[in-house]
Amino acid sequence: MSDLPEIPPDDDEDFGTVKKFCYVNRKAPYGTVYALESLEMVLIAAAFDQDVSVVFMDDGVYQIKKDQETDGIGMKNFSKTYRALEGYDVEKLYVSKESMEERNLTTDDFLVDVEVLDRDALSALMAEQEVVITS
Amino acid sequence: MKFGVLVNEGPFTHQSSDSAYQFTKAALEKGHEIFRVFFYYDGVNNANKLAEPPTDDRNLMENWSKLAEEHGVDLVVCVAAALRRGLNDDILAAGFRISGLGQLIEAGIQADRLVIFGD
Repeated sequence: MSDLPEIPPDDDEDFGTVKKFCYVNRKAPYGTVYALESLEMVLIAAAFDQDVSVVFMDDGVYQIKKDQETDGIGMKNFSKTYRALEGYDVEKLYVSKESMEERNLTTDDFLVDVEVLDRDALSALMAEQEVVITS
Repeated sequence: MKFGVLVNEGPFTHQSSDSAYQFTKAALEKGHEIFRVFFYYDGVNNANKLAEPPTDDRNLMENWSKLAEEHGVDLVVCVAAALRRGLNDDILAAGFRISGLGQLIEAGIQADRLVIFGD
């Protein structure tokens, strides 16, 4: 998997504590760097054995859209990395029901298995997190 | 309370860095602890000592350095984000250090609250 962002640990640090980290991705995969660098943060949290959840909402739902084709814009297609998350024990992936439906998407359009949550359920999910990082 | 601070935007285009600086300063003045300020995305540009804003404007880079000097605040710049944007030790402002993203995770773990400044 040569297109994985470089991972980690500067050394074998083990922080000894596990917290609930939730990453909220709200922006389209290309056009800005937010999606790519957010993914790097997700992988590092996983590398440090944290309890990681990832939420895709607003245009962030496009980050996990199948069949991304980036040759025309000269960008690296990093969408395969989302499929590798499972290998880092990042299995809690959530999609905003409203954001998905507003964009005429269904779970069949995504390249990873996700759980679809409505606003209230997402709100409850975020409330139980200890660290929420929005990008 | 013990705070971690994450700065996700650059020092001029967005208000985020100024807000992060003002929050950090206010928290310290109120007697709170700042475990670390971590700079990510374009936030790494807060650490560029080559920046020269007009003299009648605030100099955020200098302000951060002063905060580090006076309060010993740990100012950490993400190495991957920094190198991508041409920032390295040669042009790093005083009081900052460059390190890995693990430092952000540690801030999330150690702080009571991780406060994020971005868009």
